[in-house]
Amino acid sequence: MTEMNKRFLLKVAAGAIAVAALAGCGKSEPPKAPEPAKKAEAAPPPPPKPEPLKAAWVYVGPVGDAGWTFAHDNGRKAVEAEYGDKIKTTFVEKVPYGADAERVIRDLAAQGNKIIFATSFGYMEPMLKVAGEFPDIKFEHATGYKTAPNMRIYDSSFYQDAYMAGIIAGKMSKTGTIGFVGSFPIPEVLRNINAFTLGAQTVNPKIKTKVVWVSTWFDPPKEAEAAQSLINGGADVLLQNTDSTAVLQTAEKNGKFAFGWDSDMSAFAPKAHLASAIVDWSGYYKRAIKEVMDNTWKTERTVLGVKEGANDLIKIADVVPEDIRKKVAEVKDGMKAGTFEVFTGPVLDNTGKERLAKDAKADQAWKDKVDFYVKGVDGKIPAAK
Amino acid sequence: MNEIALLIAATLASGTPVALAGLGLLLNEKAGVLNLGAEGMMLVAAVAGFAVAFHTGSDWVAMGAGALAGMAMALAFGWLVIWLGTNQYATGLALSLIGGGLSAFVGLGYVGKKLSERTVFDIPGLADLPFVGPAFFRQHPMTYIAIVATLAIAWFLYRSRGGLVLRAIGESPESAHFLGYRVRLIRLAAVLAGGALCGVAGAFLSVVYAPLWVEGLVAGRGWIALALTTFATWRPWRVLLGAYLFGGVTMVQFFLQGEGVEIASQLLSMLPYLATIVVLALISRNPAWIRINMPASLGRPFHPGS
Repeated sequence: MTEMNKRFLLKVAAGAIAVAALAGCGKSEPPKAPEPAKKAEAAPPPPPKPEPLKAAWVYVGPVGDAGWTFAHDNGRKAVEAEYGDKIKTTFVEKVPYGADAERVIRDLAAQGNKIIFATSFGYMEPMLKVAGEFPDIKFEHATGYKTAPNMRIYDSSFYQDAYMAGIIAGKMSKTGTIGFVGSFPIPEVLRNINAFTLGAQTVNPKIKTKVVWVSTWFDPPKEAEAAQSLINGGADVLLQNTDSTAVLQTAEKNGKFAFGWDSDMSAFAPKAHLASAIVDWSGYYKRAIKEVMDNTWKTERTVLGVKEGANDLIKIADVVPEDIRKKVAEVKDGMKAGTFEVFTGPVLDNTGKERLAKDAKADQAWKDKVDFYVKGVDGKIPAAK
Repeated sequence: MNEIALLIAATLASGTPVALAGLGLLLNEKAGVLNLGAEGMMLVAAVAGFAVAFHTGSDWVAMGAGALAGMAMALAFGWLVIWLGTNQYATGLALSLIGGGLSAFVGLGYVGKKLSERTVFDIPGLADLPFVGPAFFRQHPMTYIAIVATLAIAWFLYRSRGGLVLRAIGESPESAHFLGYRVRLIRLAAVLAGGALCGVAGAFLSVVYAPLWVEGLVAGRGWIALALTTFATWRPWRVLLGAYLFGGVTMVQFFLQGEGVEIASQLLSMLPYLATIVVLALISRNPAWIRINMPASLGRPFHPGS
């Protein structure tokens, strides 16, 4: 073997490791040019009518992902159905974070779209930058926290779903241990873990939640491994904050229970499926479009939840006893009426420290900063400050 | 105790696809061909396997289809690098990228589809033994096949005449050529075998392990298998060991998290890669050993008559 050859080989090995490590850290897609914007089918517009309003959506996944992006695209379709030939919608799917996102958003702005929705957290900075260049166009960013005079933010409240799922989990768990497959330890996910635990405690005060982090939103084999590990550790009802059906299917394989997340996943695990947590964006999208049409659009932050008809827990399985269904229905009614708040004091963290005083109801600022596990969750949050 | 048994079981299952792919690549590389397209081949095989399982309901037919799909990709690769003499590194990388895109495109209709009921494979009698039953005898048959395949490949490479020829070609294709061996055909056979094993590994992931199809399902396991062959200094048993080590550390870090051990999850998710590389690099650090086992012509094209 020549010296040259050896060096080349080392390089290749190093390259392979680098790629593997990247893949391990997150979703690694080969950087490919985003597909040209697909035009949605629209009735041929008769010439005398005024120009339709152009609206565009930027998606992080493929529209067929049966999860997050799928739900947003259903919202886009609802907008089309509502406004017919008064609107022309476009979407670009699988847009990677970073420079590509910025280019896609700028292209969409340059193509004459009057309102652009970016539906993932990582589009925040690119969108903010482009928003500065196109002051006349309205920009909408999902799940972020930065705004501009022509850019506003909207979000959903999955923790409400998680709380209702918790009520069911508390009842259905025989071992008294429930499990959660987490993506990243950010406030949104911690809220879901805490809400899930609090919900379960209303039925079984001694319930314990075990958490496993996978450091990805989407890696089905890894999600399955994490779920298997939780089940091996004694958890018999699982919830996840990742996007695939792997956790649910792993529960099915092991004869345990789990929930669907992002969309109706009941078909994937007829025996294991207890309910599905979903979000419906169509109401918000219709409203946003109407505000642009009426010129009443203004910068604000919208947090949608059960009350707005956005979040919901659907397809509760037949194995769930009647009294628990009733309890879930009552909680849901309370959420709809705005009288029930999941995070109502006293809320203790799992070191015993009080995080929310007795009878206090959590406000948005409190929810934005959740950085602890509630009492009943095992372990410590990784890399917590 | 039972948790340890389940941990062992999960480790074996997790390491199996990586081991299969690694063994396939090992055969490739022993013949002197480096195929960086493992990830792409596995992805295409995963979607092919899933589609076949979806329509036929048979896992075994599906894994056969995965093998064929892997071979088809390998055939294209082999023709390019062996006959047209294109650069193996570039062609392999291209194969990976193409495989990623092609599988996503072909698989569009299969995203979110569900396979029929999964079968449980318990070995009668043995599965009910305490500890060893749940640890070793409730696996998918593919787990045992991977071990048998390691045995078979080790025997083939070091105990059979065919293996000797294959290794000779990997060491010096020119010499083998002058001895009358059909270097290019044998190299192609090795590439096809590699494709088939990568294909089985991909189909195993989508049909048995996940079991579902989504874009990018393989999630870097092809690259891990590639790195494994090098760090295992092209020894079949070390590839298997490395794959189990990788699977084991993956499962242990989940296990520790579930037990509430406080380590940064980012660090934990890096651990399987780190541990596998460190351990294999340590046991394989002898330069003479590397020189003996590394195919001398790896990555170099061969032109008969030149």
